[in-house]
Amino acid sequence: MTHYLLSVHGPAERNEFGEYGSKEAMEEAFAATGAFNDKLQADGYWVFAGGLKEATTATVVDGTGEAPVITDGPYLESKEYIGGFWVIDAPDLDVALKLAADGSKACRGKVEVRPFEGMA
Amino acid sequence: MADRPSGGDGAAVERVFREEYGRLIASLVRRFGDIDLAEDAAGEALVVALEKWPSDGVPPNPGGWLTTTAANRAIDRIRREGQRDAKHQAALMTYDDTSHSPVGVVEDDRLRLLFTCCHPALAPEARIALTLRLLGGLTVAEIGQAFLVPETTMAQRITRAKKKIAAANVPYRVPSASDLPTRLGGVLTVLFLVFNEGYLASGDGSPVRSELTSEAIRLTRVLQVLLPSEPEVTGLLALMLLTEARHSARVRSGVLVPLDEQDRSGWDRSLIAEGHALVRSCLAINRPGRYQLLAAINAVHTSAVSASDTDWSQVVALYDQLLLVDPSPIVALNRAVAVAELDGPSVALALVDRLPLEGYHPWHAVRADLLRRLGRSTEAKDAYGAAINSTANVAERAYLARKSGELV
Repeated sequence: MTHYLLSVHGPAERNEFGEYGSKEAMEEAFAATGAFNDKLQADGYWVFAGGLKEATTATVVDGTGEAPVITDGPYLESKEYIGGFWVIDAPDLDVALKLAADGSKACRGKVEVRPFEGMA
Repeated sequence: MADRPSGGDGAAVERVFREEYGRLIASLVRRFGDIDLAEDAAGEALVVALEKWPSDGVPPNPGGWLTTTAANRAIDRIRREGQRDAKHQAALMTYDDTSHSPVGVVEDDRLRLLFTCCHPALAPEARIALTLRLLGGLTVAEIGQAFLVPETTMAQRITRAKKKIAAANVPYRVPSASDLPTRLGGVLTVLFLVFNEGYLASGDGSPVRSELTSEAIRLTRVLQVLLPSEPEVTGLLALMLLTEARHSARVRSGVLVPLDEQDRSGWDRSLIAEGHALVRSCLAINRPGRYQLLAAINAVHTSAVSASDTDWSQVVALYDQLLLVDPSPIVALNRAVAVAELDGPSVALALVDRLPLEGYHPWHAVRADLLRRLGRSTEAKDAYGAAINSTANVAERAYLARKSGELV
């Protein structure tokens, strides 16, 4: 089994309905994502998942020098930022890609699949 | 009972090794689940073979001998390195009952490795490089030459792909029936590219690399046995066989001989018969696709007693159908060649001149031929020059130079 991070990427700017065009669209995506989460748990792939606040709420801390340097905003300027993620435990990449496709459909966003080096 | 390699030199050993390489690697990867370990162990088995075979003779079953020797070396290595992961420990426990006959589980091993090499998570250029390396047994330098990139670039590409297979846990598996339609297209593309690279080698070495064409045919045959009801697999096999059937008539004294000038008595009749039968079985399924249509075009060519007997209207009709499936300028260029036979070179030239293919050497070659037929010698010479400059294949360059030299 391998642990994978399935990260969802979305636009830097969000409107009042998050990344979605309307309230209905947002509610549909939330419901579909909830159903996908339930299925991940029922099928035994679930490790952990979460949605993130907007990238503008991020703060970068650099503690490599003598005193920590704190900077407002995300680490890299980008048009798209990670908006949420799942951590799954799957037998191989084919299974992870299939789950990522289902997750992408549910949350209406592109999903990056990346294996963990290891999990503590 | 063992055959002695001729002259007792290493060349015969290396030839046997290359023939067995894909099968060897595939069975080692299945057993140990580690491509790098499989390659290292295969390399060590080659060293042992080079020591022993020239004096002891080639064993009666060289593939089985290499597999056993390599597997023992792999096990030694795992033991030497002490505790590796559980997968390796498990491999030590399993008894290798692989049969070395040409059918059965070994064939499935190679298919499994083929689908791994052609996994959609790998970049398209990495897929073909990995297939040529692991199943075709080509060296990294040879693959680099074939694709006109430096050896270091090709080595990085292959290393990166192997690393991703290991780190992301890409499975060694022939996909399940429901995944096959999406995965098959990429595999067929790679097999076709491997075949084409053998058929018209892009480097400046040998113009034809028959070890590549035969490896591509062999793998496609295995795929076709596994998937008899996928007409595109059958179509690709038919296309390869009908192309391969003409191979000995295709190069004469180092010069490429075009279809209309080939000695048709030199064509391999049994391959043509098999190819025609496969095309007919595709037609019966009636789900036309790219490879089936290309095979059907080749079936028309190989049915004609002479070039002038070719049913060009049928060839053009098949290209019309192909354009619907694959509306690429390269298909349009090939269609124009058939149109030249049906409607004359000026109609064809008008079609060819519209195509955005300045970087594609066959475009220059086709233009040169049409201009020559129209008596526009100066322009034809320029086009032959452009074609010669844009291909590295020695036999093709020789042919183009000959045609250009005939112009007055």
